[in-house]
Amino acid sequence: MISEERKIRKGLVIRMNKYITVPLSDEDASSLRAGDYVYLTGTIYTARDAAHKRMYEALAEGKALPMDMRNNVIYYMGPSPAREGRAIGSAGPTTASRMDKYAPSLLDLGLKGMIGKGKRSEEVKDAIVRNGAVYFAAVGGAGALLSRSITASEVIAYDDLGTEAIRKLTVKDFPVIVVIDAEGNNLYETAIEEYSK
Amino acid sequence: MRTINVNDVTQNIKEMCIEANHFLSDDMKCAMDKAVKEEKSPLGRQILEQLEENLQIAGEDMIPICQDTGMAVVFMEIGQDVHFEGGILEDAINEGVREGYTEGYLRKSVVKDPIFRENTKDNTPAVIHYEMVPGEQVKITVAPKGFGSENMSRVFMLKPADGIEGVKNAILTAVKDAGPNACPPMVVGVGIGGTFEKCALMAKKALTRPVNEHSEIPYVKEMEEELLQKINSSGIGPGGLGGSTTALAVNINTYPTHIAGLPVAINICCHVNRHAVRVL
Repeated sequence: MISEERKIRKGLVIRMNKYITVPLSDEDASSLRAGDYVYLTGTIYTARDAAHKRMYEALAEGKALPMDMRNNVIYYMGPSPAREGRAIGSAGPTTASRMDKYAPSLLDLGLKGMIGKGKRSEEVKDAIVRNGAVYFAAVGGAGALLSRSITASEVIAYDDLGTEAIRKLTVKDFPVIVVIDAEGNNLYETAIEEYSK
Repeated sequence: MRTINVNDVTQNIKEMCIEANHFLSDDMKCAMDKAVKEEKSPLGRQILEQLEENLQIAGEDMIPICQDTGMAVVFMEIGQDVHFEGGILEDAINEGVREGYTEGYLRKSVVKDPIFRENTKDNTPAVIHYEMVPGEQVKITVAPKGFGSENMSRVFMLKPADGIEGVKNAILTAVKDAGPNACPPMVVGVGIGGTFEKCALMAKKALTRPVNEHSEIPYVKEMEEELLQKINSSGIGPGGLGGSTTALAVNINTYPTHIAGLPVAINICCHVNRHAVRVL
C-alpha cells in the first residue's frame, strides 16, 4: 500500500514522498519512479557479499534458499554489533555493485527490491525491468541515523558469517530513494546531468 | 633516551579506535556545515543534513558513524630516541585494535586470507606504517578505513610527458569513476611522485591532513583548489544523487621521483574521513 504526500520546501516541490509496506507488492514496485523518496515499513532481509555467494552456490546445487525471494526486499548491509538493549548497531548500506554477479538470479526468483548504494550493471538493470523490481539507495555513511528505523533484527541463516549473516529486519519508515525503477530509469544518470556544468 | 611501555600504546590505540569511529575531527564538521549552506540541490541538501544528524546521533548514542568501521590503518611516527619496553610494539598495536573493536562494539571486517576469507573476528591485524623521526615522542594516528571508498582508489603510473594535465585527468577520472559508490561528499587524498608504493602511501597520509589546510607548495595548493572546483562541477553530488558538493577537499602530497616516471595515487575517502591523533 502506498500513501503519498508532497513535501513543499522553500517554495519548491522537491519530489514525491511515499510510504510503502514491505514485502513489496508487484503493484507498488511497478508504480515507483526513479527519484521518489520512499519510507519502508515491514520486513526486509540483509545479505551482502558472503551470503550472496552462499545463496548462489545453493541455487547451483539445487538447494533451497534461506528465505523465499518472492516480493521480498534485500538490504545490502552488515551491521556493527548492537549495544545492550538495542535492536542493532550502525546499519547503513554497502556498495551494491559487488552483488551484481548474483542479483539477476535472485530477481528472476521474485526478489522485488534491493537497497544499497552505488552503480549497478546493465545485467542487473535488465533483470530489474524484466521482473518489475526496484533498486533503492539508502544514504551511505548514515548508519547511526538509519539504525533508528530498524526496530528488530534476527539472524535467520549463515550465523557463522558474523556481520555477513542473513538477518530479518523489522523496519519502520526506513528512508530510501528509488534509483532504478521498473522502467529502467536511473536517477544516478539523470541527477548528475542536472548539476554538471 | 626515553622509555615507553608498550601497554601505553595498546591503551591509546584502543581508545583511538573507538574515538575515531564515533567522532569526526572539527575540520570535517566545519566542512560539512559549509557544504550544507552551499549545496544547490534540494535533495543534496537533505542528504547533507541527514549526514550531520547522523554524526550527532553517533556521538550521543555511541553508535558508530558508519557500520563499516574499517580496517585499522595506524601511522606510527617514532622519535629515534625512544625505547619501547614491555613487549613487542607490533603486538601491542594489534592488541589495541583488538580491544578497541571488541569492547567498542565496532564491526569486525577483516578476513585472514584474501582468497579464503575467514573473518579474524577481532578486526586484526592493523595495517601499520612506521616512520622514524627526530626526538623522543611518539605520534600515533589511527585512521579506520572503510572499503566502499577504498575500492574506488587508483594508482596511475603516468609518463613524465603526461605532465600536470595528465595528473589532473587521472584524479578527475578516479573521482568520476567512483561516483556514488564512494559515498560522496568525498575527501580525495593524492600522492604524486616517489615510487609505486610511495605514492599510494602519500595518498593515504594526505587523507589525515585537516581538510581546511592546503599544501605549502604554491603550485600544489593551486592544483588542490582547481581540482576541488572541477570535482564539484561534475554534478555527482551528495550520495551521488546530483548536486554541487561531490568533494569536501583534495589533499595532495608530493615527493621526488625517477627520471622515467610520474606515479600518481588517488586514495578516495567517503565523508566519514576518520582519524584520531595522539602524541605520547
